[in-house]
Amino acid sequence: MIARLLHGVPRHALVLLAVVLAILVAAPVFANDYLLTVLIIILYFAYIGQAWNILMGFAGQLSLGHALYVGLGAYTTAALYVHFGIGPWLGMPVAILISVACGAVIGFLAFRFGVGGVYFAILTIAFCEFTRIGFDHFDWVGGSSGLFLPVANYTRNDLLNLRGQPVMFYYVILALTAGAFVMCHALLRSRVGYYWQAIREDELAARSLGINTFRYKMIAIIISSGMTAPAGVFYAFYYNNLFPEQTFFILRSIEIILGPIIGGIGTLFGPVIGAFLLTGLSEALQELLTAYGLDTPGAKRVFYGVCLLFVVMVLPHGIWPPIARLLRLGRRETPEA
Amino acid sequence: MPADIYLNVAISGLLTGLVYGLMALGLSVIFGVVRVVNFAHGEMMTIAMYLAVVLFAHFGLDPLVMMLPIAAVLFGVGYVLQLTVINPFISRPEHSQFMLMVAMAIIIVNSLLMIFGPDAQSVQVSYSFDSFAIGRLIVDATKLYAGLAAILVAAALFAFFKFAPLGKAIRACADNYTGALVVGLDVKRLYALSFGLGAACVGAAGAIIVLIVDVTPPLGPAYTLLAFVIVIVGGLGSMPGALLGGVLIGLTEAMAGLFFTPSAKSMFAFAILVLVLLFRPQGIMGKRLT
Amino acid sequence: MAEFRNASTALNRRRLLASAAAVTTVIAAPALVRGQGAALKVGVLLPRSGAQAGIGQDCFRGVELANPIFKSIGLPELEIMSADTETNVEVARSRAEKLIADGAQLLMGAFDSGQSSAIAQVAEQKGIPFVINIAAAPPITEQGYKFVFRNFPTAGMILSDAFANQKEVFAASGKEPKSVVFLHVNDTFGMAMKNGVGAVMPKFNMPYEIKETISYDPTARDLSVEVSKAKATGADALLVVSRLNDAILLTRELVKQRWSPMGILSMGPGWYEDQYLKTLAKLGDGPLSFVPWYDPNKKLSKQLEAALEKRYPGVNMNTNHIYTFEALLVAADAYKRAKTADPKALADAIRATNITENVSTGPGISFDEKGQNVKLKNAAIQNRGGKLVTVAPKGATNAKAEWPMTAYDKRR
Repeated sequence: MIARLLHGVPRHALVLLAVVLAILVAAPVFANDYLLTVLIIILYFAYIGQAWNILMGFAGQLSLGHALYVGLGAYTTAALYVHFGIGPWLGMPVAILISVACGAVIGFLAFRFGVGGVYFAILTIAFCEFTRIGFDHFDWVGGSSGLFLPVANYTRNDLLNLRGQPVMFYYVILALTAGAFVMCHALLRSRVGYYWQAIREDELAARSLGINTFRYKMIAIIISSGMTAPAGVFYAFYYNNLFPEQTFFILRSIEIILGPIIGGIGTLFGPVIGAFLLTGLSEALQELLTAYGLDTPGAKRVFYGVCLLFVVMVLPHGIWPPIARLLRLGRRETPEA
Repeated sequence: MPADIYLNVAISGLLTGLVYGLMALGLSVIFGVVRVVNFAHGEMMTIAMYLAVVLFAHFGLDPLVMMLPIAAVLFGVGYVLQLTVINPFISRPEHSQFMLMVAMAIIIVNSLLMIFGPDAQSVQVSYSFDSFAIGRLIVDATKLYAGLAAILVAAALFAFFKFAPLGKAIRACADNYTGALVVGLDVKRLYALSFGLGAACVGAAGAIIVLIVDVTPPLGPAYTLLAFVIVIVGGLGSMPGALLGGVLIGLTEAMAGLFFTPSAKSMFAFAILVLVLLFRPQGIMGKRLT
Repeated sequence: MAEFRNASTALNRRRLLASAAAVTTVIAAPALVRGQGAALKVGVLLPRSGAQAGIGQDCFRGVELANPIFKSIGLPELEIMSADTETNVEVARSRAEKLIADGAQLLMGAFDSGQSSAIAQVAEQKGIPFVINIAAAPPITEQGYKFVFRNFPTAGMILSDAFANQKEVFAASGKEPKSVVFLHVNDTFGMAMKNGVGAVMPKFNMPYEIKETISYDPTARDLSVEVSKAKATGADALLVVSRLNDAILLTRELVKQRWSPMGILSMGPGWYEDQYLKTLAKLGDGPLSFVPWYDPNKKLSKQLEAALEKRYPGVNMNTNHIYTFEALLVAADAYKRAKTADPKALADAIRATNITENVSTGPGISFDEKGQNVKLKNAAIQNRGGKLVTVAPKGATNAKAEWPMTAYDKRR
């Protein structure tokens, strides 16, 4: 199976990948806790970006409410832990199940009734908002006061309960992100992946070829939502407090999609590159502004918006494709329409 | 609860809904004709609101009086925006358009933050605290004027699209792009005009709504979403639909707040949206989608 | 879209060090400065952008006034390292890490309970003392932390004193409301207060009953329905927990819908803030706010107030200034006693704090074993002619309460 995954991948790409991975694995040795925190957040967004990319980049369905799945994953495991003492790893399957159920409902309602494009996007927003307000009144998980996880000591790393030092969290999210990466790669090359790309390019043509578009779109949203849930679990146990206003907030959903869109939708590296670049951009801007004494609130975001604008206008397929060409990684990355 | 409460709340919801409808009308024009997913719609309204605040603060000019000039300014902004930045994006996939407008929204919101600061600004005209008492009914004066102004502007827009040659040309563009080209219409200019008109609508709505709502820089996104909900519920491509949708949402929110807990009243608007999307995706008054 | 406002968790990409300056800072990883002589490096975390920007900037005024006053009373000056939490939990956590990496020896902040909670975790983990200026959610000091201290009342404390002070005001005026309608904002603070009301009110034997509880969305732009409902209950007075914008909206609606309750009993922010007084002018007089406040008769209070008036004329001294100042006071006082910047020693020194010459109402600043100052007292203030007067508790007042409130239509 590994041979199948590696088939057709240029050698220098594998070498590059190995180098990057090695650096990431060794990072805690060189980085202080602050840099580690930053890397954790980058990897977190890289992970969710990949999960979202499956639905959008591969299957072509724009979901603007992905924070819903993160939130459901987070709240499920957090509630299980707070009320029943069930650890995150045991709670994760439940979290995934609930996320998938939600995704399936949304998918079924939308795809069965032929809701696509911007309407589908608005539908996903509506569901997320609906859930946000709902959770604001859901007292068993704290409602709008928030759900606080009991924070234990930090001296030992308890992997079972995800309590411990940032280093432990770093390796957990690194493992998750790497795993997602491999999974996306496998999916892209599988039959499901090719069907998805056909649907994305031209759904009508795909259907006329006999592809059951409904079925494959459902599979896409199920995998995407299920894959997003563990990120929520991670979030809950890393930050230890959840508020519906923040967790299901629409800007969270937008944050999630920025990375993949800037990096390159439909590509394998897009979400990861995007996550690194966006953070880098934001930080560079902050440094620049502080250096020039222009640190008024809002200034950073204005420049951020301008840069985003520039990227969107000049590099419509994202930043990854030109880089890929530069590195001669000739893997057939389908340029998305 | 005494009956007049229901009536008061309903009237209040209706009037507010009319203003929402005017704002959504702008989106209906933009999305319906130019087919651009304008996710900076609410932010454009916020600009108009701040304009009104500044004009009132420095010159004491009533926003209702300044409604037309403000709308004109927004028209110019929309026209230029469409011709320069947005035009290449019309044929691009929706997520690209979306990203473009999100980037614009970020720029607008944070520029406003830099210029005006985070505190809420309001326009307190002499009649800001007035209300009319008709028997047991109490009608908020500013809401009444706002509602009336909204109807006036909407009527003007309807008239334009129905009777003016330019308006008919725009409708032709929306109905059949190729046909319009064949007939020799300058589609690019008409698109810019449409976007400008939509922006003007939003500008007028902003000037009006600042009487009822205090403006803060991050106010935009909530209204963008509201505009989309209204347009979808009311029916894309239908202008009466946008007004109707606005009134419906305004009423629903008000009554839901009354019957249930006010903090959950937005849920009902979303519930209606979901139902419409599923069972009548063309909206209440929209044309059936091909 | 639910707006950028509430918990404006807008685009919060963190510091990936992309510029040389940043890289140098991190690799340099300055060691903790030990020994007296050097000023204590205090990392101040406040929301300077995002939804709570206005409040954060107001709190910062308390920071700016601190050093000159400390000098005059013989306390060491502090070196302030300021960071913006952007009203966001993740940014708060990340900035806390960065401040510590940059050499902060003590952290102070962060106004919001969620952000303070995140920072507390970092502080506890790193063993750096964290003094909370303002945050009312009880769980923060219930985690068994050894390095986290809060000189601010919990929701329960605010409520207990609120009820006690209300009875005092009613007794002094001779009129008491038989019923109230409870209007509260549906966010962390509002909910904490609502839950607290259920737990605390029965112990006080209040003369009124709560006819109805109405909660509203913190991002609501229109509160007409809520006020209609409140008016329809026929209650005598309005009990409320809200924020600044809602307070203004509610007052406008009260006037427009022609309802002048016997009085407005606010147990939170908003109704006494400068913006409220300025925007509503005459219509803003009357509401009673039961809040953590300062004792106008204390010497340090007068000193702080004078300094504030000099630097920001026209700004009324409020909770934000007082408690932010006091948090720094705790830091300076502990540093003086500990004679070292070693975090463990500092934490122990803070735990032994006993400051009686302070600003806030009550016997002074001291912490119990959970790091909470349980001796804080809350006051009752009233809006009067664009200014604020303290009307309760007895012994810490400078005016008598006006109860019932003048009807709105009599003021226009």
